[in-house]
Amino acid sequence: MEVIISTAELLTTDGIPLKQSLKKAERRNKIRAFFLVFPLLLFIVVTFVIPIGDMLMRSVDDSQINTVFPNTFEEYKKWDKGEDDLPPEEVYKNLFLELANGDKRQIGKALTRMNYAKSGWKSLIKKTSREIKKIVKKGEEPVSYKDTMIEINKFWADPTYWYSFNQMVNERSSIYYWNALDRTYNEEGDVILQDENRRMYIKTWIRTLKVSVYVTFFCLILGFPVAHLLANLPLRYSNLLMIFVLLPFWTSLLVRTTAWIVMLQQNGVINGVLVWLGILSDDGRIQMVYNETGTLIAMTQILLPFMILPLYSVMRVIPKSHMRAAQNLGAKPAMAFWRVYLPQTIPGMSAGGLLVFVLAIGYFITPELVGGKDGQLIGHWIAYHLKTTLNWGLCAALGSILLFVMLIFYWLYNKIVGIDNIKLG
Amino acid sequence: MALPSYASPVQRTYYYAYLFFCAVVFFFLIAPLIAIVPISFSVSPFMVFTDGMLTWPPDPEAWSLRWYKNMIGDCSADVVSSTVPCSKKWMVGTVNSLFIGIIATAIATALGTMAALGLSRPHMPYKALIMSILISPMIVPLIITAAGMFFFYARINLVYTFTGVILAHVALATPFVVITVTATLVGFDMNMVKAAQSLGARPIRTFFKVIMPLILPGIISGALFAFITSFDEVVIVMFMASIDQLTIPKQMWAGIRQEISPVILCMATCLVILSIVLLTTVELLRRRSERLRGIKSR
Repeated sequence: MEVIISTAELLTTDGIPLKQSLKKAERRNKIRAFFLVFPLLLFIVVTFVIPIGDMLMRSVDDSQINTVFPNTFEEYKKWDKGEDDLPPEEVYKNLFLELANGDKRQIGKALTRMNYAKSGWKSLIKKTSREIKKIVKKGEEPVSYKDTMIEINKFWADPTYWYSFNQMVNERSSIYYWNALDRTYNEEGDVILQDENRRMYIKTWIRTLKVSVYVTFFCLILGFPVAHLLANLPLRYSNLLMIFVLLPFWTSLLVRTTAWIVMLQQNGVINGVLVWLGILSDDGRIQMVYNETGTLIAMTQILLPFMILPLYSVMRVIPKSHMRAAQNLGAKPAMAFWRVYLPQTIPGMSAGGLLVFVLAIGYFITPELVGGKDGQLIGHWIAYHLKTTLNWGLCAALGSILLFVMLIFYWLYNKIVGIDNIKLG
Repeated sequence: MALPSYASPVQRTYYYAYLFFCAVVFFFLIAPLIAIVPISFSVSPFMVFTDGMLTWPPDPEAWSLRWYKNMIGDCSADVVSSTVPCSKKWMVGTVNSLFIGIIATAIATALGTMAALGLSRPHMPYKALIMSILISPMIVPLIITAAGMFFFYARINLVYTFTGVILAHVALATPFVVITVTATLVGFDMNMVKAAQSLGARPIRTFFKVIMPLILPGIISGALFAFITSFDEVVIVMFMASIDQLTIPKQMWAGIRQEISPVILCMATCLVILSIVLLTTVELLRRRSERLRGIKSR
């Protein structure tokens, strides 16, 4: 006999249908749960998500200069470059007036921006502004603004300066992204490669990827046997040996980086031991730090725990009987390992590999300290433009590209491993 | 995982090669941390093993505590060296690091625990999305976080203040609290909450009397992770703190960059000891938490 219970017909003691009452309770629970999470969510959104969004916006933002020279740019857009060599009188006039009346600090900021587009702008405008001030003071109104400005400085008759306006006249611009990939605009507004001596980003991007791939590979080679050993030893021993993995993991990054400088420098421990053993002569000491080698060695050691831990947790649950069964069935140990054991560790390898790779491409501290000149990763340029050149647009563009690359790999990681499976310690 | 008695010589060779390789990797992991300890007790102002340190019996002339004295700001005559500056900077840095670390940890632990409680409820809407937002500060590279925060905090005048640094550190530290506490709450018996509430306890009382005692190990581990994150953080501090707002990592950074001084190694030795203490504590807490939740020790 079949019994059909319809919740709609059941009533609670207050006479409300059970379904409705349950729904209400569930909604209340949802709100309660959300209420607990809300403070942190709000905090993270305000202190973290919005700043990152702000950075993304800044990487395409060119509005500052547009607020300084709005009329000039408006007129500039009307200039038909095929027809006239130089912009029309109106452009000169508006630039003249905007330089004469504009806020000095804002113009200063705009000048920095203009210099990214073409070096020489800063001194040209500064010189011109001084002359303009004099003319304004005298109360004269030039008959032809164009001629007056060319008279002040002959560069105003040089169309290449005017062409460089092309990349600034829009409030949103992709110039920083092109710069971050060693490209710029030419006079016609086409994207071209930078001059040879100004191409440094592509090189650094490639090095960043190369170092990350190498570090991931080394971590896999070094981490696999160790994780295997830890997973197969009796717990008493493996817990003890685990300290060797966890202690570096818990130790300050700067301490580990310092330690590598001590080990690798020319008078350092490794060179000392090699000389003592007679492998190297005293003046044949190898330079192992402040170059790419140093970055590779230090980053491999620092990121190795991130490879070992996921591998270990996967290997621990692979039954030992599998290998024995394979060998029983006639497989040689190598074959059994290759066909039976290794495929089962793939989730661990991909988790560890992706984690190490993603951490490596965003690394900053270690390469900065032990990388010297040729061991820097892209983080170096982000910091450099943030702190030294103050070219924040380029800084933001470099950061955004890095972020984008990271997100792709995290998306992969999430697909394969699941973000909530991240475990600590 | 011993070798079976019937192993062939070839297998034996492979097995010992494998053990040797593992030993080398363990050595690679730990050697740098060990090597800095003796050098920090050296007399020499260079970060090297001097000849005197390597002789047997030990040469007392080669060893000293002078760099440790330098670190704590004792600049008496036997401590001062022409190449190594002596100042109170390390101690100022320590005080600042502790100050920032403790406040950031307190805020991060409170916010993170609350969020973890909410996320562990079965009725939480948009759980996956919220979780990925909450742990994103752990995922995004520090240099990007630092750049983004610097731009944004510059707009609201929070750069070059401790407040800005603390806010940034809280954001970086909360993912660790959320992850550890959420992990502790897996397998937490929600019936206990219901029991407490049916006996008349209000939610806050339920939390402090029933939930918290049970998940305390997780909360403390999370807090320790949060503290070490803030205590070890240098990129944000470099950009967001003013020049005289020193912290230990910032001072170490300056030490490596400008004045390669053995004092760095003294601080490094102290930090290695700190990490040993923290590692032990977290491990003990983890075992205790598993016992409390009735999970058998592996």
